[in-house]
Amino acid sequence: MINWANFISQCFNGLVLGALLALISSGLTIIYGTLGVLNLAHGAMFMLGGYAGWMAYTYTGSFIVAVVAGALFVMVVGLITEQLIIRHFYSRPPEDQLLVTFGLGIVFVEAVRFFFGSLSKTVPPPAPLTGITQLGFMVYPTYRIGLLAIIAVALFVLYWVLYRTRIGMIVRAGIEDSVMVDSLGINVYRIFMLVFGIGAMAAGFAGIVNAPVVSVAPDVGDAILVQTFVVVVIGGVGSFPGAILGGLIAGEIISLTSMVNPAYSYVMLFVAMTLVLVLRPRGLLGSVGRE
Amino acid sequence: MGTWPAGSQGNTVYIGAAVPLTGAYAVQGEDERKGMELAIEHINSNHELMKKLAPKINNGVLGKKVGFLSADSAAKPNQALQVEQTFINQNKIVAMIGSTSSAVAVALNKFAQREKILYMAGISGSNDTTGKDCVRYGFRQGVYGEMCANAIGPILVKQFGKNRKAAFMTPDYTYGHTTTESVREFLVKQAGWTMVTNQVSPLGTQDFSQYLTNIANAGADFLINVNWGRDAVLSSQQAKQFGLLPKMTLVLPYQIPFFAREAGVDISEGVFAATDFWWTLEDKYPLAKQFVESFQKKYGYRPEWGAENGYMSFAHWARMVTEAGSFYPPDVIKQWEKGEPVPHLLGDFHYRPQDHQYVRPVIIVRGKAKKDMKNPEDFWEVVEVVPGDKVIQPPDAFGCKLGDYT
Repeated sequence: MINWANFISQCFNGLVLGALLALISSGLTIIYGTLGVLNLAHGAMFMLGGYAGWMAYTYTGSFIVAVVAGALFVMVVGLITEQLIIRHFYSRPPEDQLLVTFGLGIVFVEAVRFFFGSLSKTVPPPAPLTGITQLGFMVYPTYRIGLLAIIAVALFVLYWVLYRTRIGMIVRAGIEDSVMVDSLGINVYRIFMLVFGIGAMAAGFAGIVNAPVVSVAPDVGDAILVQTFVVVVIGGVGSFPGAILGGLIAGEIISLTSMVNPAYSYVMLFVAMTLVLVLRPRGLLGSVGRE
Repeated sequence: MGTWPAGSQGNTVYIGAAVPLTGAYAVQGEDERKGMELAIEHINSNHELMKKLAPKINNGVLGKKVGFLSADSAAKPNQALQVEQTFINQNKIVAMIGSTSSAVAVALNKFAQREKILYMAGISGSNDTTGKDCVRYGFRQGVYGEMCANAIGPILVKQFGKNRKAAFMTPDYTYGHTTTESVREFLVKQAGWTMVTNQVSPLGTQDFSQYLTNIANAGADFLINVNWGRDAVLSSQQAKQFGLLPKMTLVLPYQIPFFAREAGVDISEGVFAATDFWWTLEDKYPLAKQFVESFQKKYGYRPEWGAENGYMSFAHWARMVTEAGSFYPPDVIKQWEKGEPVPHLLGDFHYRPQDHQYVRPVIIVRGKAKKDMKNPEDFWEVVEVVPGDKVIQPPDAFGCKLGDYT
């Protein structure tokens, strides 16, 4: 017999987890969709956001400053990385891109471990979001409910930038035909740099807003990276709405499976990914014919 | 045979350690590594404490300096095997050490038996390490699930009474499953406790919300958290976020070094845990005091039990080799199997010849409140030092069959 309280609780849980995965995946998928780079350093950027935010929090005691610092720091890291390294790899084979971004990830993680050690760091939630809230079907950490709203706003802003602004229009045009955009006198490479920065910022922002849920440690990005890739594959590589849909699906699969047997939750996630790959290889919302 | 005699022909003999320096057990692994490093230093310099543990050392063992090699295992069996294989190929190590995850300990046990190289498990809580997966070439100094269950069980029953409901959280590998089983069996059989749910999570889980949601809906009044390392820290912190703590009483049957420091005193306060060592034992045991002092002098903090475990394992190796007067592995093993009293920081105990397990005390600690802490590292008070022979199971209980000498 189904325990309904538990079922509803787990559905809600899946929503929160899914939102977080959606946010991280959106950054990954924007970068891939625009630049064609599979950024394996994305998990490390998520981690960097957490550390930058934690540092800012330690000095200022303000959660908002921490979030801004975490997001901006990783955006700057993204911009610098793109200029110094990534752009030299746009025209190289995908395996070179994978190796260089994978290596970058290791460098980020080890640098953080060198400076801060392995002991995890905690960032407390902002005062209005501490404690627990009675939802009726269960009690839930208030911050996680707040997190849902924070992520929703972040995703909306990302969507708005990509689909409702001139920059977004150029980015999307650049994806379709960069030569054409270039010949219109628009500096496509400046735009590409910005895209990498925005994608990195999404990871960094996710890293710091997730810090009060899961403490920050050098390898927090490792597990997240794998799940993020699953999300992107399910939703459709390069598709922004796909990342959101994929994230929510992944969150629900993990949470609902664990109601029956937690040990299978990640197995089921990969089963779902395999099914999608077999039945709809370009992912649920992936576009046809995009490279 | 193995690295003998090649490994002991030069001026230096090497010991190879595989310890987790990354991943969920990184903090504990680093502490363990420091304990080992200190032990080697003490072996090579005739330190007073090491002289008491292994009297026949003489600026090294059997006329040779001891060299220490260590590398990251990430608490993964495959990586640990690769590390040790490299040390064997390049340095002809005469002994291996390390684990901090019983999955690694079990894998290295089998590897040690195959390669005929001595292996001392570091921190390894699984019953199987000297139980069904025991080997002739493997030894364990530390305590494990069954001993801890038998030591902490009576205290829980005395403190909280009979017929209580407990939710278990278990990491999904040999340590987790055997420890949960030992604790569950003790509480069920001795006091009629019920396990209302057992949430099994993979090693290295970060978000425990789905497991905690199941526990929230299961109606338990105890949270017995068998998770270890950062997994234990995160799951306990998140249990608090979900309002499960302090509503439920947290129990850590296999205490986690640095838990209180990392998770915070508000979580560790009042928590009962079973462990190998806690530094305030220095008040009663002079050797423990020497150890804590020299460790603190070198590393700037008081050692936790990962360090103690690493230090003691090396001290015992040095003792056995020097007493046997040979590096020839079967001779050293037979020295271990004499079952003679072997000194420890907490007194003299012996290794059981039947399963190579050290019959040593289990320490039961309880988390202090912030206001009772006398210094920033004064997290636990020692409730009881339970003698090993009171809590250890018969040597054949978990199906140990040691293999061949050669």
